[in-house]
Amino acid sequence: MVSDSELVARCRAGDPDAWRELVERYSRYVYAITQAFRLPSHDAEDVFQDTFTRAYERLHTLRDDDAFRPWLASLTRRLCIDRLRAAAREQPLEDLEGEGGEDRIEELTEAFAVHEALAQLPGHCREILDRFFARDESYRTIADALDLPSGTIASRISRCLARLRERFTEETEPDPRLEV
Amino acid sequence: MDPHPEERLAELLALLPPAPRGWVEAAQELPLARPGLDRLVARAEADARFRELLIADLEAAFAQEGVEADPATVEALRRRLSLP
Repeated sequence: MVSDSELVARCRAGDPDAWRELVERYSRYVYAITQAFRLPSHDAEDVFQDTFTRAYERLHTLRDDDAFRPWLASLTRRLCIDRLRAAAREQPLEDLEGEGGEDRIEELTEAFAVHEALAQLPGHCREILDRFFARDESYRTIADALDLPSGTIASRISRCLARLRERFTEETEPDPRLEV
Repeated sequence: MDPHPEERLAELLALLPPAPRGWVEAAQELPLARPGLDRLVARAEADARFRELLIADLEAAFAQEGVEADPATVEALRRRLSLP
């Protein structure tokens, strides 16, 4: 998989496909942050678009190209808070952060890492796990979409989840050769 | 203790549903089209005749500016020109 820093560098060099890939990679993450703040749908959409537009326009200010993800998270969070502050003029706002605090962003970042591990799995596992867990589709819908017997969906999900666990553990466990 | 049992991985997968496809496509295209849109809006604001031509045929105006006329970009121009 192409690294964030390479995509950022290609964006700066004017490659539109690199930008499209960055948006594709981070769209769920930015969307989840806007949802954590419980913004109304039209505000969430505005923040989503503002986040990516500003990110594109300010890419040259990013000091560390490997830090694209935390930079984008911080930008999204700030725009969500700005939007809530604007609305708070009309009604009291007890807690601007709500569900969008640091702990929640950390959890979404962990979820992002799991999705990155999912992207390394074979296509059939990616598809079935994403449909069942992230898209919340029923066994029947998945079976119809993938042309599989519905009685096999649960066992396929179980096997693919085990593969995801192996993959994720490989990526997150420290290398024992490096331990003292 | 395993910090990532399968149940936890399932919960984490569920935290990132896909964003609406239209939002993603707009986020991919609008920043790229922005300079062309800015030029079109500036000309439309300065030249009433150009504004009429623009409204009559948005796609031709996009082509003239070298901007790809995808739905998100056309919608953005409509909004900026306050068109229905």
